[in-house]
Amino acid sequence: MTDLMLRPSRVSPVQRAAGTVLRSREVAVAAVLVAVILVTTLKSSSFLFSSDGWRDLLLTPCILVPLAIGQTVVIVTRNVDLSVGSVLGLTAYLTGRLFLDHPGLPIVAVFVIGMLAGAVLGAVNGVLVAFGKVPALVITLGTLYIYRGIFLTWAGSNRINASDMPEGFLNLGTASILTIPVLIIIALVVLAVVGYVLWTARGGRELYAIGSDPDAAKLYGLPVTRRVLTAFVVSGALAGLAGVVYTARYGTVSSGAGYGIELQAVGAAVIGGVAIFGGSGTVWGAAIGAFLLVTINRALPIVGIQDFWQQAVVGALIICAVVLDRVLSVRQARRLVEARELS
Amino acid sequence: MTSSVLTRPDTPATRTYASYSRPLWQRVLLTREMAVIALLVGVLVWSNLNVPNFNGPLTLYFLFLDITPILLIALPMTLVIITGEIDLSVASVVGLSSVLVGMLHHDAGLSIPAAAVVALVVGAVCGAFNGFLVSYVGLPSLAVTIGTLALYRGIAVGLLGTTAVTDFPEKWTTLAQDRIGTSSYPVVLIPIAVLAILFALLLHFSPFGRGVFEIGLNDEAAHFTGVNVERTKFWLFVMTGTVSALAGVYYTLRYGSARGDNATGMELQVIAAVLLGGVSIFGGRGALHGVIAGVVLIGALSSAMRLESLTVNVINIVIGGLLVLSVMSTSLLAWLSALTSGRTNGALRLGRRRQAAMHHRKGDQ
Amino acid sequence: MKFQNRLSALAAVALVASLGLTACGGNSDGASGSSGGGKTTVTFLPKNLGNPYFDTSDAGGKAAVDEFGGTYAEVGPDTATPDAQVPFINTAAQQGVDALVISADDPKAICNAIGTAQSAGTKIVTFDSDTSPDCRDLFINQATAEGIAKVQVDEIAKQIGDSGEIAILSAAANATNQNAWIELMKKDLAADHPNIKLVDTVYGNDDDQTSFDKTAALLQAHPDLKGIISPTTVGIAAAARYLSTSEYKGKVALTGLGTPNQMREYVKDGTVTSFALWNPEDLGYLAAYAAKALVDGTITGKEGDKFDAGKLGSFTVGADATVLLGDPYVFDKSNIDKFKF
Repeated sequence: MTDLMLRPSRVSPVQRAAGTVLRSREVAVAAVLVAVILVTTLKSSSFLFSSDGWRDLLLTPCILVPLAIGQTVVIVTRNVDLSVGSVLGLTAYLTGRLFLDHPGLPIVAVFVIGMLAGAVLGAVNGVLVAFGKVPALVITLGTLYIYRGIFLTWAGSNRINASDMPEGFLNLGTASILTIPVLIIIALVVLAVVGYVLWTARGGRELYAIGSDPDAAKLYGLPVTRRVLTAFVVSGALAGLAGVVYTARYGTVSSGAGYGIELQAVGAAVIGGVAIFGGSGTVWGAAIGAFLLVTINRALPIVGIQDFWQQAVVGALIICAVVLDRVLSVRQARRLVEARELS
Repeated sequence: MTSSVLTRPDTPATRTYASYSRPLWQRVLLTREMAVIALLVGVLVWSNLNVPNFNGPLTLYFLFLDITPILLIALPMTLVIITGEIDLSVASVVGLSSVLVGMLHHDAGLSIPAAAVVALVVGAVCGAFNGFLVSYVGLPSLAVTIGTLALYRGIAVGLLGTTAVTDFPEKWTTLAQDRIGTSSYPVVLIPIAVLAILFALLLHFSPFGRGVFEIGLNDEAAHFTGVNVERTKFWLFVMTGTVSALAGVYYTLRYGSARGDNATGMELQVIAAVLLGGVSIFGGRGALHGVIAGVVLIGALSSAMRLESLTVNVINIVIGGLLVLSVMSTSLLAWLSALTSGRTNGALRLGRRRQAAMHHRKGDQ
Repeated sequence: MKFQNRLSALAAVALVASLGLTACGGNSDGASGSSGGGKTTVTFLPKNLGNPYFDTSDAGGKAAVDEFGGTYAEVGPDTATPDAQVPFINTAAQQGVDALVISADDPKAICNAIGTAQSAGTKIVTFDSDTSPDCRDLFINQATAEGIAKVQVDEIAKQIGDSGEIAILSAAANATNQNAWIELMKKDLAADHPNIKLVDTVYGNDDDQTSFDKTAALLQAHPDLKGIISPTTVGIAAAARYLSTSEYKGKVALTGLGTPNQMREYVKDGTVTSFALWNPEDLGYLAAYAAKALVDGTITGKEGDKFDAGKLGSFTVGADATVLLGDPYVFDKSNIDKFKF
């Protein structure tokens, strides 16, 4: 094994590429997802093969996927954003109010306004974290309270009802193109864009550098403050998008909208291979992790386990993922040390 | 002429060690803890005068009943945060112990004290699991406790489903809310006071506590000074687990209802109170009297705002704002003091060199 | 530990202790001057805020309070849990309100807090969802529990042809009224409808999104389901919304307790054939007048006491200190447009 690190590899490039892909965390999580779907379909074939089943399988994760993507962008820089649940609730209510107060608004405009509102809320977080030099955990904990308080004070005891919204918007909640729901297509487009930028653009790669070693990044001259601020703005904007999607899917917005979903977003990212200490992980993994969490939640009652146990399953998965990451990184470090001592 | 290169340049005034220090009253009163205590006193005085019904006999009574679980958990949480770690799973342990007390009493027929002991043991096990993963496996406590937050809460909800056990013997539910004689102070203040004194002794007056501070400042240096870092952190997590279980027993008896989702979100209130009380999130500094004042401050603010008929949301906004402000204030104060005393990185050295050059020239003449 | 920290710690303890003692000085009698002359204060505490059913009932209560010249307030938690209701009961006791009108999230859990409020002089009236009878002064029931259970079972039996699998989508698992109705429904099914099988009971916690997701899960888990009963206005609205976009629309019957405003479009598009309710506004109105009668001493909650409830007429207290509003009413396509709540 140490040979591979000392001499040029004897394995062909194609084999190496295949090996990397197959051994990657993303493929492992995808395999688990496929296994869960298979087991559930064996128990009840309508889970996959009925039109409702296929639609719901793809549609239900449409809220968690943008949140997980945004959370990845932040976690990669060695921060965390716990306020996304409150941002989702606030923008969901904002969407409803926009339709109520300005009936003629085009749907695309509502999406844009929702994302902008989320971006502003994320920018507040980013400014406090990047310039205040305070751990993101504490700041986003505070803004979690503040944003939810603002949302509830604004909403009072009003709710947004399905009858307040135009037909076209509500239909978006179940419309499909070629049997794939529109809302999940939106999420996949976002995934592709963010994934591409994070993987290839210099700004995206710098986020990984900042997460791996913030001091070295600063010494190297990377614009750390600007990048961290951007990361939080992106996370906020995606949470805003998730809020608009939430309103389209559920049709009503009550005071509990988005409550507790930030932990699911962090969980989805961690399960998908994003290291909680930053510096590694991809948005594809986080998206697959989000799919996995939501599908497990829907599959449990069909397999016969009361869905009360869903949170326990999520918690166990997170701990396994983090322990696995640690074990693998310790083994990798040990191998590298051996290789170094042998050379 | 004496060679000015060899003699040390004269410093303008002979400064002794003592002159670098600040007077005692400054050292005692100008601390973060005193700022929180002053704020607390201010809020209490203002509320007594301005908020209707605040000076009634029930206010203090309800205030202490409400803050008891938060105060209990804040005590070991202070130590955890001082070491630089964090424990987000405390509220889930509260829920789990609440469910266990309910189920053991209702279904297995155990008496309340026996069920409480079992709950405490389970809480200790939960804390030990956290501690094992953090100290011995070496995982970051944020990730571990986010996972165990979901895991323990999930077990609590899974065990009881969506029902709740509300059939508790009146003897115990009234004990949880009894007063000391006819005063406004509930009986639970006695165990709280005992625990607070114990933790204060542990943190401020014992070698274990010194170790806790040292781990927070630099855990590698602490390791080399002989502090057993892993064992200390492990026991701290066991402590948070056990005390959270105790808070869970109290919560169940006070509200008379054991539910899987009891105390959801309480971890945020505990952390907010601890950080408000002057403990630094980076670790290494903090004191228990500030934390106790922080908890009572949040309780008093909530109580006053509720009496003013403000909704829970406004109360949450205020608490969130206080949390952000208190944490930012450390950075702000540091930045301000660096500006005013000119003690920024380059300036000091330049100042000394400039002084040395001046005296060198003087010495030449 | 440093000397100055110990000193500051001692100073802090002394300061707070002295403050605590001064505050303790105001330890006068428990029944402080609450309703010493002036308007009757009535506070409504529903199961949770943001529920259109309670918005309507509390609006009815407000109308009544305005009519008899009292002061009205509405408080409530965001989630329908009993430990979230306790702080509001405590605050009402501190403020010395004359009467508290509660829809309880649990029959026993809030009794301790109610006890403290009662010893501070507050009268406790429950409506819609009761506590255990020794905990409160009066209970305003919207209709007999047997009547409510029977009307829903009858409706679903009519719509699925009296045989097949049904499920129940309830609110919170501990809500007194829900459990009472579900028990009676099970008895009614066992006695009169042997071919109908109740396969599952799920809980939506009176939260719209949870009820929506639970309906989806029900339909997934039981492909042969023929009908759903949802005795909660939030649940039936969410279930109707899910059903109307699913392939089961028209194939799975849905009935229960719903408000006409929320259900109108689903009745018109055929997702729901009929459902039942009473007038929540009248319920709140009656509860407020009953509270006033208690505060004034006109009635004490004994069986046979009579009191006047404004435009609803005069009512008599029944057994167990319960006042009955009336009978449930069935809404369907033919009459739904006549109602505006």
